[in-house]
Amino acid sequence: MSFLRAEDMTGGYGGPPILNGCTIAVDRGKIAVIVGPNGAGKSTAMKAILGMLRLTSGRVTLDGRDITALAPQARIKAGLGFVPQTDNVFPGLTVFENLQMGALLRTDPIDATLEEIFALFPILADKRHQPAGQLSGGQRQQLAVGRALMTKPLALLLDEPTAGVSPNVMDELFDKITRIAAQGLAVLMVEQNAAGALEIADTGFVLVQGANRFTGTGRELLADPDTRRSFLGGRT
Amino acid sequence: MTDLLNGLVHLASMLIIPGLAYGSQLALGALGVTLIFGVLRFSNFAHAEGLSLATAITILFTIWLQGRGVSLGVLPTALLGAVLTVPLMALVFIGTDRALYRHFRRIDARPEVFMIVSAGVMLMTNGVIRLVIGPDGRDFEDGERFIVTARGFRDWSGLAEPLVLKTSQMLTIGLAVVATVALFLFLNRTQAGRSMRAYADNRNLALLSGVDPDRIVRLTWIIVAVLSVLAGVLFGLDKGYRPFVYQQLLLPMFAAAVVGGLGSPLGAIVGSMIVAFSELALTFAWKKALAYVLPATLAPEGMVQALSTEYKFAVSFLILVIVLLVRPAGLFGKVAR
Repeated sequence: MSFLRAEDMTGGYGGPPILNGCTIAVDRGKIAVIVGPNGAGKSTAMKAILGMLRLTSGRVTLDGRDITALAPQARIKAGLGFVPQTDNVFPGLTVFENLQMGALLRTDPIDATLEEIFALFPILADKRHQPAGQLSGGQRQQLAVGRALMTKPLALLLDEPTAGVSPNVMDELFDKITRIAAQGLAVLMVEQNAAGALEIADTGFVLVQGANRFTGTGRELLADPDTRRSFLGGRT
Repeated sequence: MTDLLNGLVHLASMLIIPGLAYGSQLALGALGVTLIFGVLRFSNFAHAEGLSLATAITILFTIWLQGRGVSLGVLPTALLGAVLTVPLMALVFIGTDRALYRHFRRIDARPEVFMIVSAGVMLMTNGVIRLVIGPDGRDFEDGERFIVTARGFRDWSGLAEPLVLKTSQMLTIGLAVVATVALFLFLNRTQAGRSMRAYADNRNLALLSGVDPDRIVRLTWIIVAVLSVLAGVLFGLDKGYRPFVYQQLLLPMFAAAVVGGLGSPLGAIVGSMIVAFSELALTFAWKKALAYVLPATLAPEGMVQALSTEYKFAVSFLILVIVLLVRPAGLFGKVAR
């Protein structure tokens, strides 16, 4: 049984279902990536895991606990950390205040977590008193990840963390994400830069029309000519 | 040299002190406007009526207190009345929110809808005020009215021009500074203030971070109640309470908030001073001041008054239009929403 497991999810935003029985799972210390063509339901699958849409069937478990009935806020409390694709920081608050907001639900001291995050993203320590709105795209993404880590999550969900950043920054972000997983978190990503993400992925889920098409280790999917041609655009 | 001093005293007494007082009153109102716009995301057309209702209730409390022989000595009894009014106004605002605004927040209505609803609240409040205190004006200042009187200053300084400083003016400026500092400390130094700013900045992420939206909305109205009571009562102590004059405060308050950038507390204060001083400077008769400063040959003939005082609202309107044309986001505004 995987640490975070979303089983047989079916559902959508009220219209026809976008997810058709898709299953996603990831273990502690591992990275799973959801890839697939546009409109395959990648982000929707992640939102379903977070409880942001109503599922007609399926269940989500975290560390063996069924969290299917919980609202998004309660799932965050239960140990899911989430980095949305856009609007993922408070632009008018300073970097430090953004991190404090991440820890809003915590009642224990946050200094140790802050130190860890500053060690992981030194740039955030340098710019801690700057408004988040003044950060560059890559710095913003780092802050968004840092903010999500402030809840001390057991699993971290990232919706296209490298969207709109330069290739250099992308590599750096992937490197940090690997380090986060190495600390024992279960990491689940939706990625447009499928090739880059599969490089660091332990498991890759290829979704097509809301259902699992292929599942394999990142390297398997990268090596498979079929997947490459159909879903990775035949490049890299 | 004496001429120059006389000129300065004249300006201080007739323009600078009244301007600072009026600017502070506008600032307390504009802070409320900007807070509601930033956190609750609508232009509250009922804001001026809120000030008016707060003042009317304060007057009733003041009369009751005076009847019981309560007094603050040299300070106006209305300050005590204002303290009693704050919780009542907070209840009125939160009640209105529960009854009206909350519904539209739940169905995620557009800001224009909120604006129209607030216009309805404005009309309704207006009626309530007529029922509560009637349409007539009232003066409710007691205690020592002047800190510096015209005669006292002339005797002391030997200058021809008098300097007048009213208790209400000093109170206004002092309390406005205290209220503003307290508001900034709250917004920047407390977790509740931080959550409020976060909620204003990015509502979805705030909800995801565990911010309780109902609590933020309640807190906002409580702060708006404090600001409205202060603004209304201080304006009334300074200039008397006239319900129809309070109605007309809506325009300068909005002009001030827009000049500074809707949603920016600092902007609301700067904007209020800009509006207040433009209004006064453009309707001020500069003849006397110029006569003191310029050589006799250049002394002006006319009043040197750009606009007659009846047109002072045109000034706010003009400022509003210019800002919206040239810099819609205002001085300290972020992106226009």
